[in-house]
Amino acid sequence: MNTLTIDTSSIVASVAILNEEKLIGEMIINHQKKHSEKLMISVDHLLTDGGLSIKDIDVFGIVSGPGSFTGLRIGMATIKGFAQALNKPVVGVSTLEGLAMNIPFANGLVCPILDAQRNQTYTGAFHFEGGHLVRDMEDSVLEIDVLLEFLKNRKEPIYFLGDGLPRFSETLLKACPTGVSVPNYLNMNRASSAAALVLERALKGKVSHYREIEPVYIRPSYAEEHKK
Amino acid sequence: MKILSIETSCDETSVAIVEDGRKILTNRIYSQIDIHKKYGGVVPEIASRNHITKLPYIIEDALEETQMRLEDVDAIGVTNGPGLIGALLVGLSEAKAIAYSLDKPLIGVHHIEGHIAANFLQYPELEPPFLTLVVSGGHSHLVLVEDYQTFKVLGRTIDDAAGEAFDKISRVLGFGYPGGPAIDCAAKKGDPEAIAFPRVFLDKKEYNFSFSGLKSSVLNYINSKKMKNEPIVVNDVAASFQMAVVEVLVKKTIACAKGIHMNKICMAGGVSCNSLLRQMMTDAAKEEGLSLYYPDPILCTDNAAMIGSMAYYNFINGAVSDLSLNGIPGLKIGTR
Repeated sequence: MNTLTIDTSSIVASVAILNEEKLIGEMIINHQKKHSEKLMISVDHLLTDGGLSIKDIDVFGIVSGPGSFTGLRIGMATIKGFAQALNKPVVGVSTLEGLAMNIPFANGLVCPILDAQRNQTYTGAFHFEGGHLVRDMEDSVLEIDVLLEFLKNRKEPIYFLGDGLPRFSETLLKACPTGVSVPNYLNMNRASSAAALVLERALKGKVSHYREIEPVYIRPSYAEEHKK
Repeated sequence: MKILSIETSCDETSVAIVEDGRKILTNRIYSQIDIHKKYGGVVPEIASRNHITKLPYIIEDALEETQMRLEDVDAIGVTNGPGLIGALLVGLSEAKAIAYSLDKPLIGVHHIEGHIAANFLQYPELEPPFLTLVVSGGHSHLVLVEDYQTFKVLGRTIDDAAGEAFDKISRVLGFGYPGGPAIDCAAKKGDPEAIAFPRVFLDKKEYNFSFSGLKSSVLNYINSKKMKNEPIVVNDVAASFQMAVVEVLVKKTIACAKGIHMNKICMAGGVSCNSLLRQMMTDAAKEEGLSLYYPDPILCTDNAAMIGSMAYYNFINGAVSDLSLNGIPGLKIGTR
């Protein structure tokens, strides 16, 4: 089963093609937000170099959020277009699940931290059991203090990763003595990490229709939040 | 040649299938007006969120209505600017993915050129060259269409778009959003000569517009009436304001046509639905011996059929896009 997974939820644009046998290819560009311009070209390169056509893809995976609203929609609209044109199923994976899958050998709590602006973070918590990702906290948008309340008094190691680290790592590591900041090269969205979950879910038949899958913004639009 | 086209540049989610640039096979439009009404105008993030939810369904509707499959279309056309960037990117990303999946040509279309092309759908015999007045919520342009690919902007607003002024005055008068139809309706019950609002013609030899002075003058009138505790006849304000806008639009357009010796005039864009504008432009064109063209209201509002028409002319002139096609909020007329 060939899966093609896209992640444009942050400044990183990433595409991966994965099947049961191997990771056929992956592109990660952690440079500038030029997702609209570059994404389809990356998809085309990866398919061509992998000796595949878009028609050989059986399931389309998408990192559905949280993250940059516009970024989420670029990836999601692309996936919806593929799935509708080729009549194929889709699988959505949370941005935070995808990040956690960067470090599947972590022996403790994995706590992705995305910068949600306004001193808030999109965050969740996971651990691994026998190589499988297990969720400990739903994806949420939280004040950093609220997250610290959840994390304090934890005895196990806590692995922090995500684009919120530059902003919050000092506060987090000070409040959590067992906290570890994940090194740079593992600290960004990789489509292959999310693709592992896409493939796992697709093999279990846990797929969605292109009509029903939606970006997971978590936060309402500013106008809705501030409507009297 | 059948082109499936997508338009998501503002708050309408629209998909059409157009044959050879002239024949509409389907033109599905999902308007988000009711959603944005309560905010008093279009909220870009909410528009983008609704586009991505609705677009797959609207594509299905268009295919169902024509009993076609995506494989049956010959190319994909899409608006890539100008417009709200987040909204544009939804339609654009989806269009690219569909074109790539089915190995069909992708054709980027300029939104304003699309508005102009609405006239090709309405009048199968209409051919360039002609002069077009494009008036909408975001645009007020006088464009010389020399041929299907050559657009020359001869005049433009130096501040607010005509439709923008309608929306602002409508809000102040308590008619809400969208302002165009509300003012048009109220004006029918008012006296257009009740209040002498200024007509701004700028330099007579040039064809630019300015509506911000008129807007301020209407606001000042309302404020001074309120300060003096005098009653405001809203229908008279609407009628007098509308007359001031329309008179300038008509005189500038006619002067421009005569100045460049052009005997064909088109109108396009949402404001060209305005009943007074249609009537006065018709009368003025008749008096000057000019032919006037304007599309049905459904083709004046944002719709994908007009994009499909323009996409066809881009395609037959070799203007096909590649996978790097990007959304450009301030895309200039005549560029891609």
